[in-house]
Amino acid sequence: MLTDTTTAADDKIRCDACPVMCYIKPGAAGACDRYANHNGELVRVDPHIVLERTVSHGGRLVPFQAGGDWDGKIVKEPDVFVTAIGAGTTYPDYKPAPFIVSSVIDGVDMVTVVTEGIFSYCGVKVKIDTDRYLGPEAATVRAQGEAIGHVTTGEYGSQMLSLGGVHHLTGGSKKEGRVTCDALMDLSNCKPVELTIDGGATLVVQAGYPPIVNGVAEERMRVGCGSATIGMFAKQWHGKVDEVVVVDDHITGVLSEHQAGKLLDIPDTGIKMKGRRSTPGRYFQVAEPGTGWGGTKISDPLSVLGPFDPKKSRPGMTMLMVSTTGEHAAYYELDESLKPIEKPMPADLRHSVERIQENCEPALCTVLFMGGAGGSLRAGVTDNPVRLTRSVKDALTRVTSGGAPVYVWPGGGITFMVDVTRLPAGAFGYVPTPALVAPIEFTLRLSDYAALGGHMDYVRPLASLKDNTEIRQMPSQPSAPGQRA
Amino acid sequence: MYLADSKRLHLQDGPIDLIVEAQGSESNVRAAYDAAVRRFTGLLDELCEELPLLRQAADPARCLLQGTVARRMHEAVAPFAVDHFITPMAAVAGAVAEEILGAMLHKAQLERAYVNNGGDIALHLADGERFTVGLADRPDAPGLMRTMIIHADDPARGVATSGRHGRSFSLGIADAVTVLARTASQADAAATIIANAVDLPGHPAILRCPAHDLQPDSDLGARLVTRGVGELSGCEVEDALEAGADSARKLLAAGLIDGAALRLHGEMITVAARALEMPGSETAVQSAMESAMHA
Repeated sequence: MLTDTTTAADDKIRCDACPVMCYIKPGAAGACDRYANHNGELVRVDPHIVLERTVSHGGRLVPFQAGGDWDGKIVKEPDVFVTAIGAGTTYPDYKPAPFIVSSVIDGVDMVTVVTEGIFSYCGVKVKIDTDRYLGPEAATVRAQGEAIGHVTTGEYGSQMLSLGGVHHLTGGSKKEGRVTCDALMDLSNCKPVELTIDGGATLVVQAGYPPIVNGVAEERMRVGCGSATIGMFAKQWHGKVDEVVVVDDHITGVLSEHQAGKLLDIPDTGIKMKGRRSTPGRYFQVAEPGTGWGGTKISDPLSVLGPFDPKKSRPGMTMLMVSTTGEHAAYYELDESLKPIEKPMPADLRHSVERIQENCEPALCTVLFMGGAGGSLRAGVTDNPVRLTRSVKDALTRVTSGGAPVYVWPGGGITFMVDVTRLPAGAFGYVPTPALVAPIEFTLRLSDYAALGGHMDYVRPLASLKDNTEIRQMPSQPSAPGQRA
Repeated sequence: MYLADSKRLHLQDGPIDLIVEAQGSESNVRAAYDAAVRRFTGLLDELCEELPLLRQAADPARCLLQGTVARRMHEAVAPFAVDHFITPMAAVAGAVAEEILGAMLHKAQLERAYVNNGGDIALHLADGERFTVGLADRPDAPGLMRTMIIHADDPARGVATSGRHGRSFSLGIADAVTVLARTASQADAAATIIANAVDLPGHPAILRCPAHDLQPDSDLGARLVTRGVGELSGCEVEDALEAGADSARKLLAAGLIDGAALRLHGEMITVAARALEMPGSETAVQSAMESAMHA
């Protein structure tokens, strides 16, 4: 028999929201499941988020626009949007009660309001802002040793991972499915997850935070490729240094040969680059990819240079070598034998390196959750599921996830993507199937809802949610005194 | 506070969350709801006064509790207390539902009424009336509904569900055990006992944890409660359900319940004196193993 060892420290608190006066351990909820101990603070945890309330408490807004043109107001009065997070699959219990009696519909005394979707078909797309080499394209990405996805095509300044999907969730071993589900849920809930790439790096990915590659936190996303950096900064370097090399795994730039240098009449320096010349001043494959300078594996930038041409070079010539993020930089002067010798960097060149750093955006991991709404979920919304799909395609029904805007893929089904940082904390859950539970809201005109076979008897006016007995707050906010009926 | 349809009353206090509906003449419905609100006010405080005693194992022979709801809780669990560890808290939800329904019926003539306390339900049916109760095969898999019909001439006036997905802890592994009994408090207590019996003691795939590690003041103390259930073979699911069904059959024979539906990993087994009326299911054969498709 296994024993759960997730016992927390003994700093339990006593909830005073009702006379039951539960003792609550950190990370746990009281008997009501509505109040919890969040880092020693009593908070409400049933997070139906009513925007007006969030605004009045200074909470963060998830933009949402029900229709028409934006009139410039942050909250389009009197719009209030209620998210599905924590709604559960049946009303009224926050952890769903399987039995519910309510008013009659078609002779059945039942309520089913599906507002949290169970996604067996889901995954995350991870964009990691780094030039560092994470691993070969199509390499397997692992969590706890289990294959949970792969490296996909590199994008601008970023490496991309595609994780999860029905194959890893259900097609592999039981453990593979569970580990995949855990990793997807943690990534979707903006928690850090350690991943290893076959033949590549070990990284820690957390949505909204810099990636940590082989133990080193990435700070900046490249200002541009090496060639673009030359173009952007050529004027600032002109007259201050004879040669500049911007080291980049993809396109290394050389000032004196580059079109930007030619236009400024910068003379040849006799530099000799390794790698494959693409066009003047632009070189591919100057070194192997890696986690060193500019996404190459080098730690000594001189290793990308051949000997200087004695016909064009002269002793005392100056050279700046810098990476595409400005993270690495070094200054050299040629000695009598035309060998570059590292020297302290002059202030004005150091300033240009700082300018490169300043122009780099912070490197982040971004995580898009992608899921497809299946038959059972749609059936919870309407008697005639395909009409919901059509309604979404016809833009009559707006799909949101935890109130956050989604991109709905064209084509069949309701497959959407959402930036997980735009959902409130803890929005994603799981079931041991394994599958993820994600909030999904379908918003449409009441008349359209009736037309597509909606469960009209269960439509509640917003006012019934705004009553103080059901105000639900973000878990991160301090609790209001419990309103008792 | 009323729900959107202005027909149902929603009462909430601490962990108590009630959906109440009464049907009858307008004046009777109003009187019933007034009575429900009046009885509900202070009810939680009343229970909390005796909370320490309510959290102790029930003595099958005598009851030291004072409050009417507390005494009803004790009465409901006492028949089980001879053979099992059980505290009156096992019947709290059903007992509260029953108390509120009783207060309503005391003040009003109603055709139908129910008080649903988070899935533990007290029913009232005048002659000739009936209730259709919908049940989900799994609380996390929407859209898979079965229904059961309870007629006025059936003895059951209480429905309760217990299992490891609910708000309270379970010693067993059942996804849900739903019980029909004479009263909601009896159904509540019996559902707890049967859900605890759906188990595979010592099975390596079952994750358990002392209850007080999760909730320091849990009435279950150091008893191991189920936190996770891993892969089980079809035979194991059947064994676990059969263990629960065995317990249910004994309670049925003793007249403590009128029927039970036990669910685990998509399999369901029902125990009843006669086949439970389930119009959604074509073969509602008693004690039959049924597979539920998972969409």
